[in-house]
Amino acid sequence: MKVYLERENKNLNLRIKEIKVDSLLEQLKINKSTVLVVRNDELVAGSIILKDKDEIRILSVISGG
Amino acid sequence: MMSECKECQKNPVIILSESQKLCKSHFLKYFEGKVIKTIKKYGLIEKKDRLAVAVSGGKDSIATLHIINQFLKPQKREVIAILVDEGIKGYREKTIKDAQAFCKKEQIPLIITSFKDEFGKTLDQIVKSQSKKKGQEKMNACAYCGVFRRVLLNNAAKELGITKIATGHNLDDEAQSILMNQLKVNWKRSAGLGPISGINVQKTAQRIKPLYFLPEKEVATYAYLMKFGVKFTQCPYSHESFRGDVRDMINGLEEKHPGSKHSIVNSLMNLLPILKEKYKEGKFGYCKICHEPSSKEICNSCQLIERLNLNDKIRTKKELNKSIKKSRLKKTKSRK
Repeated sequence: MKVYLERENKNLNLRIKEIKVDSLLEQLKINKSTVLVVRNDELVAGSIILKDKDEIRILSVISGG
Repeated sequence: MMSECKECQKNPVIILSESQKLCKSHFLKYFEGKVIKTIKKYGLIEKKDRLAVAVSGGKDSIATLHIINQFLKPQKREVIAILVDEGIKGYREKTIKDAQAFCKKEQIPLIITSFKDEFGKTLDQIVKSQSKKKGQEKMNACAYCGVFRRVLLNNAAKELGITKIATGHNLDDEAQSILMNQLKVNWKRSAGLGPISGINVQKTAQRIKPLYFLPEKEVATYAYLMKFGVKFTQCPYSHESFRGDVRDMINGLEEKHPGSKHSIVNSLMNLLPILKEKYKEGKFGYCKICHEPSSKEICNSCQLIERLNLNDKIRTKKELNKSIKKSRLKKTKSRK
């Protein structure tokens, strides 16, 4: 599974068959209230199951001062 | 656990803090409904008001501007966007472009006012000159940025006849402010919070916060789904601020105890009538230097201008206001 962390400008290649969005964030130690998760350009909620072929982007929502 | 929107069978785009899942169309309906409810419940916009939105080009202010514009359009009323360019290299130029593109698309007049034009120096230049000074304790950038931004917004509002300025403050911002004030034992400052704030003295536009009950994540979700084209970028000076530490602490709490942000804000809402009564504004005087309303003999802005040696760079505020009036009216006209 390809995961792009936008704030860090970092690409990850994870060996995961399938995983729930919230579990992925937990595994990456990312607080779920601070990010949006986009799968193949579509926003997905924490309960959605991601598959190994999915391309994931994790966007930080914190902006401003 | 079912993974579908609570209103239909579509895939959810978000789980709200009350564990409710919503798809794109139901989330947009929920979000806009909550903003309009806040506007109506707290009387944020009245018929007599002339509205401006303080925009940065970020997701919060653009979402606020979009919804207020939609709210006022059927009433054939106009909203004006005011942007303060502090002069933060590598950050503000991008958000200004986003704000310009958005305002052009929605045909909203945009007024840009800057630290450089009005105080003679950009924020970056002020920070740089501060670090060179010996024997003076260094203030963090946010401390004077906030004061100067307020002055420029008030000046622009006054010249444009604005009675209320909407800001993009969301639930996260407010929860942070409440906790910061508490950690500094500053209840007086908390008395000025709430969905409608600001000192209600003659000549000063009140601040309203239509996104008051919406968490930052929901605002970002709205901006993403609406394809506003704004980036979620952070000010390079934000790491210096106390707010950043409080933000991390509250986000940690929210992760373990969902609903904490709402609880912090709701607890203030319960206390607010008592705080407002305790700290109700006494007689307001006027600053000895600039003659603007102030609770002190010399207002915060004039004290900072003195401290930062900006005196030789700026014109008196009276001169400034005259020139702003001319240039602003010109800019507004040309955008119509």
